[in-house]
Amino acid sequence: MSSEPMLRVENLTKRFPGALALDAVDFSLKAGEVHALLGENGAGKSTLIKCLTGAYRRDSGEIVLDGQPVDPRDTFDAQKLGIGTVYQEVNLLPNLTVAENLFMGRQPLRFGMVDTRSMNRDARQMLAQYGLEIDVARELSAYSVAVQQIVAIARAVDLSGKVLILDEPTASLDAHEVRMVFDIVRSLREKGLGIIFITHFLDQVFEISDRLTVLRNGRLVGTRAIAETERLDLVTMMLGHELSQETREHAAERGGKPETRFRFRGFGRARSIAPFDLDIGRGEVVGMAGLLGSGRTETAEVIFGIRPHDSGSAEMDGAPLALTSPRKAIAAGIGFCPEDRKTDGIVGDLSVRENIILALQARRGWARPLSAREQNTLADRFIKALDIRTSDREKPIKLLSGGNQQKAILARWLATEPQLLILDEPTRGIDVGAHAEIIRLIEDLCAEGMSLLVISSELEELVAYARRIVVLRDRAHVTELGGAEIDTDSIVRAIAADAGTEIGT
Amino acid sequence: MNAETLGAVRRFLPQIVALFAILAINTAVFPGFLDITVQNDRFYGSLIDILNRGAPVALLAIGMTLVIATKGIDLSVGAVMAICGAVAASGVAGGGSVAMAVTTALVVGVACGAWNGMLVAMLGIQPIVATLILMVAGRGIAQLITEGVILTFNNEGLAFFGSGSIFALPVPVLLWIGMGVLVAFVVRRTALGLLIEAIGVNRRAATLSGVNSHVLLITVYMISGLCAAIAGVIAAADIRGADANNAGLWLELDAILAVVIGGTSLLGGRFTLLGSLIGAMIIQSINTGILSSGFPPEFNLIIKAVIILLILVIQSPALRTFVVFWRGPKEEVFDKEQSAP
Repeated sequence: MSSEPMLRVENLTKRFPGALALDAVDFSLKAGEVHALLGENGAGKSTLIKCLTGAYRRDSGEIVLDGQPVDPRDTFDAQKLGIGTVYQEVNLLPNLTVAENLFMGRQPLRFGMVDTRSMNRDARQMLAQYGLEIDVARELSAYSVAVQQIVAIARAVDLSGKVLILDEPTASLDAHEVRMVFDIVRSLREKGLGIIFITHFLDQVFEISDRLTVLRNGRLVGTRAIAETERLDLVTMMLGHELSQETREHAAERGGKPETRFRFRGFGRARSIAPFDLDIGRGEVVGMAGLLGSGRTETAEVIFGIRPHDSGSAEMDGAPLALTSPRKAIAAGIGFCPEDRKTDGIVGDLSVRENIILALQARRGWARPLSAREQNTLADRFIKALDIRTSDREKPIKLLSGGNQQKAILARWLATEPQLLILDEPTRGIDVGAHAEIIRLIEDLCAEGMSLLVISSELEELVAYARRIVVLRDRAHVTELGGAEIDTDSIVRAIAADAGTEIGT
Repeated sequence: MNAETLGAVRRFLPQIVALFAILAINTAVFPGFLDITVQNDRFYGSLIDILNRGAPVALLAIGMTLVIATKGIDLSVGAVMAICGAVAASGVAGGGSVAMAVTTALVVGVACGAWNGMLVAMLGIQPIVATLILMVAGRGIAQLITEGVILTFNNEGLAFFGSGSIFALPVPVLLWIGMGVLVAFVVRRTALGLLIEAIGVNRRAATLSGVNSHVLLITVYMISGLCAAIAGVIAAADIRGADANNAGLWLELDAILAVVIGGTSLLGGRFTLLGSLIGAMIIQSINTGILSSGFPPEFNLIIKAVIILLILVIQSPALRTFVVFWRGPKEEVFDKEQSAP
């Protein structure tokens, strides 16, 4: 690892009307290092990246690449200079073949026609360097997001070759796929590329990075070597104050069985989830753990009536429930915050207010509208109670950050005063600050007597707030852990037990 | 002028400017265009004529706006007009009462809408395909009802819907304004508008929030069918006959155009009924202007296309971006940055 940085950013300033997005930020990247760029949403990470890739023009400051001052005009220009970017949502064309994606805009020609055969051969060779042996003549969409991500990396490295910016590349990958991507990142590091890595997952920062830089409110907080950084230091740098949730063990009483409110017996649906028995008590948080595709989301969808159950029964306080559609589930007092906020949660063009009142209004029916004053009161109350950061309640919700969108969806369900709230990955893809707030909210809600069913891949989180944890595998509930059994090790053991080769598929 | 009215005027400024510009050109080409006279206790004049002739498109645009707000489209409205006109005409021609004939026509229109809505909501067929079925079949059904001829009638009661007048205003004008006010009142004073917009923006998220999207979608297509039925009765009453081949021909396209000119996006979501009605009047002003200007009729369609192209270019997001760029960027840029993950 050479000591002279390959990319140096000095005093970079970017101003937007009414706000200073970057205030004299310094940043440096050495050849052959993975440099994590961290900060809460709005800290200026994306702005810094966009200045580097030419998507934004900086107002002042220097960008020096290999000793030469550079001024990328657009992403194409940045690529020619050697700076390539891979985004969270893969920026390729799913309906073209893998090879066409790799050579888009520079296909090898023969007699003026695309030479598909040599293009496919080159594509196979290129991907072989990444240990990926797939049929490059198939459409990109035929492959998993992880493979698409690797194809995007391969294309970016081939085009640029000096600096690779990975903007949350692991956000939608499961643990096995993250390992695949990380192996590739490591091999690129050995080849001498400088890699800027943006993520929300602190574990991943410690796993793969050499150094890290933290931004907060457009200013540089500091750059540290990973070896000298404690996890708690890092969170403190990002938030500016110590986060109690990070270290705190679950303090709530685990003993004593609460009265059972919801009782599911033999509840299931063919090809979605094997019949399961589940009890959820008043004020109880039941966690669901398992690998991707183990049936966690399916359990939630069957309970909420999105995929109606075809066996078993459900009852609340001893009275039978008909949970055959979301409307019936809502009428029974159940709410569901889905995992994919963008497609299943927010109604993007509508305002924060309209998104918050939507479920309550839908339950009342169209003929009994909430008055403007009731709507405003409700919206203001939840914006304040959940600390939803928005300039006003009439702002379209799509303009809010992920964490604030998630809080607005939570508010939508809280407004209906549900008896049981199902949360599917409530903290996925949101920044550390909002993360802690949502966990605190979960604890407050169950203290108020609401029952919660929480799906999460973050095992520490589940350990912190769940009284019982259901472990799923191969679309079936396999174990239930309670009381003293709850710790991350035993969850991992339960997930892995007898699963053998099936892990990570 | 209070703040609310001022806001509405600002919002519809491009449409209002376009409407006035067309009226001004018409007046320049055809002096006396703006004159309104009173004969036989009824207003006459080109302006009244625009309001009157624009009734079918305005009515169709009301239903079309709601359908488009759900991210749908209703291509069948022209054909439904023909069916309902034929039903009304055959009702009175067969000796039935006017009330009975009109009611039957409206029921048939609503049933046509329910059919479209069911294909879209229950079977999940794309709206453009689902309504294309009735667009094609509808004229055939109308021809069966009229038995292949132009079914004329001589019933003053039914003709009243086309050429009668109340308070010196033609009945079609009162019908479309009344329907517009009624629908606007219902969707904005109840939660219907919000729920329709939620379906249009993100049907899945709305359904998961408990919005009864199946029923709402069917309802919206039924309203569109009802509007088409009224338009069909007016069209038949106007010529005192049901023409299965030509009644409402291509009017679905004018209605879609009126909605788009009015400022409702074909991508669904936010909608404006007032905008669509202004859009319908813009289209009719162009039609009337071209007819009264004395241009050879073969130029009509081309002139109309050019004028509409101009209006749409003025409203296009690309031009707006250009104007924003020219005036300097606005706050919006930073909002987008904030929302980036």
